[in-house]
Amino acid sequence: MNLIGHYNYLISIFLMMVGFFVVICRGNLIKKLIGLNIFSTSVFILYITMGKVAGGTAPIVVPGPGPHIYTNPLPHVLILTAIVVGVATTAVGLALTVRIKERYGTIEEDEIRLKDESL
Amino acid sequence: MNAHLPVLQVILPLLGAPLCMLTRSARLNWLITIAVSWSGFVISLLLAQQVWVNGPITYNMGGWVAPWGITYHIDALNAFVLIIVTMIAALVAPYARRSIQKEIDRHRQAVFYALLLLCQAGLLGIVITGDAFNMYVFLELSSLSSYALIAMGKRRRGLTAAFQYLIMGTIGATFILIGIGLLYNLTGTLNILDLAEQLNKHHLIATGNRTLITAFAFLTVGLSLKLALFPLHLWLPNAYSYAPSVVTIFLAATATKVAVYMLLRFCFTILGHGALFQMTLGKIILLPSLCAIFIGSIVAIFQYDIKRMLAYSSIAQIGYMTLGITMATPLGLTAGILHLFNHALMKGLLFMTMGAVIYRVDSVYLSDFRGLGKRMPWTMAAFVIGGLSLMGVPLTAGFISKWYLVKSALECGWWPVAGLILIGSLLAVIYVWRVVETAYFNPDHELEQRSCEAPLSLLLPMWILVIANIYFGINSDLPLSMAARAANLLLGVGV
Amino acid sequence: MTISSLMLLCLIIPAAGAVFIVLSHRLADLREGVTLFSAAALFAVVCQLFRRPDVFDAPATTLATPLPGLELSLQLEPLGLLFAGIASLLWMITSLYTIGYMRGNQEQHQTTLYACFALALTSTMGIALSGNLLTLFVFYEMLTLSTYPLVTHKRDHDAVAGGRYYLGILVGSSIGLLLPAIIWTWHLAGTTTFHYGGLFTSAPPKAVVSILFLLYAFGIGKAALMPLHRWLPEAMVAPTPVSALLHAVAVVKAGVFCVVKVILYVFGPALLQGCSGLVIVQVVAGFTLLCASLIALRQDNLKRRLAYSTISQLSYISLSAAILAPLSIRGAVVHIAAHAVGKITLFFAAGAIYTAAHKTRVSELDGIGQRMPWTMTAFAIATLSMIGLPPTAGFLSKWFMLQGAFEANNLLVIAVLLLSTLLNASYFVPIVYAAFFKPERHISDHPHGEAPLSMVIALSATALLTIILFFWPDLVISIATRLSIGGVS
Repeated sequence: MNLIGHYNYLISIFLMMVGFFVVICRGNLIKKLIGLNIFSTSVFILYITMGKVAGGTAPIVVPGPGPHIYTNPLPHVLILTAIVVGVATTAVGLALTVRIKERYGTIEEDEIRLKDESL
Repeated sequence: MNAHLPVLQVILPLLGAPLCMLTRSARLNWLITIAVSWSGFVISLLLAQQVWVNGPITYNMGGWVAPWGITYHIDALNAFVLIIVTMIAALVAPYARRSIQKEIDRHRQAVFYALLLLCQAGLLGIVITGDAFNMYVFLELSSLSSYALIAMGKRRRGLTAAFQYLIMGTIGATFILIGIGLLYNLTGTLNILDLAEQLNKHHLIATGNRTLITAFAFLTVGLSLKLALFPLHLWLPNAYSYAPSVVTIFLAATATKVAVYMLLRFCFTILGHGALFQMTLGKIILLPSLCAIFIGSIVAIFQYDIKRMLAYSSIAQIGYMTLGITMATPLGLTAGILHLFNHALMKGLLFMTMGAVIYRVDSVYLSDFRGLGKRMPWTMAAFVIGGLSLMGVPLTAGFISKWYLVKSALECGWWPVAGLILIGSLLAVIYVWRVVETAYFNPDHELEQRSCEAPLSLLLPMWILVIANIYFGINSDLPLSMAARAANLLLGVGV
Repeated sequence: MTISSLMLLCLIIPAAGAVFIVLSHRLADLREGVTLFSAAALFAVVCQLFRRPDVFDAPATTLATPLPGLELSLQLEPLGLLFAGIASLLWMITSLYTIGYMRGNQEQHQTTLYACFALALTSTMGIALSGNLLTLFVFYEMLTLSTYPLVTHKRDHDAVAGGRYYLGILVGSSIGLLLPAIIWTWHLAGTTTFHYGGLFTSAPPKAVVSILFLLYAFGIGKAALMPLHRWLPEAMVAPTPVSALLHAVAVVKAGVFCVVKVILYVFGPALLQGCSGLVIVQVVAGFTLLCASLIALRQDNLKRRLAYSTISQLSYISLSAAILAPLSIRGAVVHIAAHAVGKITLFFAAGAIYTAAHKTRVSELDGIGQRMPWTMTAFAIATLSMIGLPPTAGFLSKWFMLQGAFEANNLLVIAVLLLSTLLNASYFVPIVYAAFFKPERHISDHPHGEAPLSMVIALSATALLTIILFFWPDLVISIATRLSIGGVS
């Protein structure tokens, strides 16, 4: 088992767990969203790591004798899309938080729950 | 024209949405939505007809061929699911106007239609696409619009419900993303058919490759979150009960169905006709399915908010679908897929009656149903028929799927499971009958007897579903043969 | 007209009647006219069926095919024809009675009542004519649902609570036990079409037959075997014509009809012979028979006493049918008819007493025979039939049942039958005695006479039928004999 060799994977799992933990354990809605972002970032790293080919360069055709080894560009493209999706999700989440703040006057989960129950 | 039907299916609602944003007139937007939804329904019927006659259709986006470009691939299974989604969308569109006039702030009504169309585009995209990553993008498209739709109601609890759904939905979607990434890692392709072929070629399924199993685990958990399988269902009751009625109807009848469709695609089409599924998670999903049927139904009995009660009943019904899937026999899968259709019919109908009640009475608490049998006779009659279908009374659509589920359970020799399915029906009798009893036979209603039937635009779609519920209970040939064909396709048995 | 179109008419006439009743809800006279007319038309159609010699040879009529290989179909056989005849005849008389009762008591929601009555009759006809188990189940459920609004007719707390019992037990048992039995049968035999002498082409193992038979026997909750009998007394909150309908015409008769049909047409006596499930059913039926009679002894409410008497009488039919001897099957079939006319007379009388004197308790009936001679005479005749004394129809059926028990050499059954006869006598005779020979206890302020004329006509007619059935039983017995050929002793 080559721990160093799996460095990127370990980081991504670490980030994933951190994000997950924050989402579950924090009552503040903004912090939850931050956790969510960390969580999805870890997946981005996972994808990009997969695309890396040892010794590969950027996939640009250069004149001259080959064979060139290129890093797989597709995961990068995919992750660009995923980042856009992530941004959109965060935007919707933040918008919802603003609305919740307007209607409830708080963004703490337990306080919101109290206000709902008191109805 | 005919050759471009697959892309039109998605692009029409996708273009309709910005059009709605531009016009900003609620009435015009409503007309656009109706036009788009109905043409979508027609397209899906045409597609199904083509698939039925000529076999699967492949459509290459931008002319790029299969493993490189994104393709739309339509076979018996997704043609069927497309019909479910577009049918419900087509019925919801005319229903929407009067209902949201009541439930959504004036200045938001125009935006509402744009979001509804976006959600529709996302769901149709998931179903029609033949590319795994594309599926994820469409999934997020539909989810994001549904978060916004749920938050649109007048009650503030809709906001927290939407936020809760956003968190859980995003986690689910990310899990799916991880699963897809791992699959790509293994095979270097994202095209669903190509994925299946590559996995098969390298004997990855038979040897039980660990990465594959991990990918599969991520996918299953993520999808279970999306389809609200039992322990991961927590977002559903809140989201359904606090969303505007139209949104609830649309999501209840389509969103979970589409998630089930994804589960079928990943577990069966990609993973070798369910071989790996049966080895590992098939048996693990069995328990949550049974729990869903049981606990969902029991919790439903104790709800006083009837929309919430129906939401819990949805959780139970999802259990029936996954139960059929776990059997992984042609009959069991047929039952599960058929139930997709039948459940869309009955839950669509029941939530439509809830919308009508909210329109007139402003609340769906059990106590507000007193005397409604007299005051809203057509609406409550529709509720009774939907309820009977939910219980699985003969001559309604619900009976057909129950019958098939029980039969396939017996075929597998799962006696206790067959018993549990029937007990689930009995529990449904209890929670449906509470409402019927209150509406018709309430002992002490001294409320006014003034008739206040819902307007025609609400009643018409409702009664179309009533007729569908009865028609497909008496003559189930059409959905049954489509479901059977889809099941055979998934299992790779003949055609 | 072909047999198949006559059978369809049997379903269409009451269903169309229901529609017209709802349409004419503003005109009470028209509405009741429609009721009477459709009842008479239905009876005429069923009579037509009786007169056709080729009635049992007609091929099955398919109504719909909900599932491939499994259709809703109608097919006549002797037992179904008998049941259809009883139900249609008694619906006619009950309609007449209902009109008098409803007007006499100024009941609410009359349109719903008449419409549901007609729907219940549609379902009953469907049960009688059904050609396979699925059809039977469909109409069985329809009958439960269409009679539910009748049970909760009063819409007060008691009525709704009674309705819950009614619906809960009947739907619970049918979905929980009967439906699995049907699906299992289909799974084993590949068909659910009724066939005289059993539909199984290859005999399943004895243990399976036993369990399956138990599922049927208890799944058919309408036959009121203990412990699934509670709905009957609970449903007594309904108005009396409804109780009469439930007890004599539609519901409980549908229950025992289904039991007999399952024994003869699903399993066949030969397959059931000697299996342990059968013994269990015999024991439970015998227990129910005695136990319900004992409970009836202690009921002061007249309708509840009649309800427990019904439970006990139904078990006569289940028990005799389960003995499987030809004569006891004959007895069971005759008893379906005999009990129907007898019990409906008793309920009619109870309703007449309630309408005229507003009395519901047995202890209040002293001396009422002088005020209501016709009613109480009819009551007395029906009582004789319940006990099984000549010259009433009950004597015939009990005679056959006892003969059958002798034929099967089952001493225990003979003992049970004799003991229950004593019990029957001891809870009915005191009522008749008190009505005619005891002085009225307190003279009421409003001296009353007979109930409205239409009610008296109805109850006299059914009492007369009880006697007619004793002197001219040929039709019933010939049908019963046809059915009992396959019995084993």
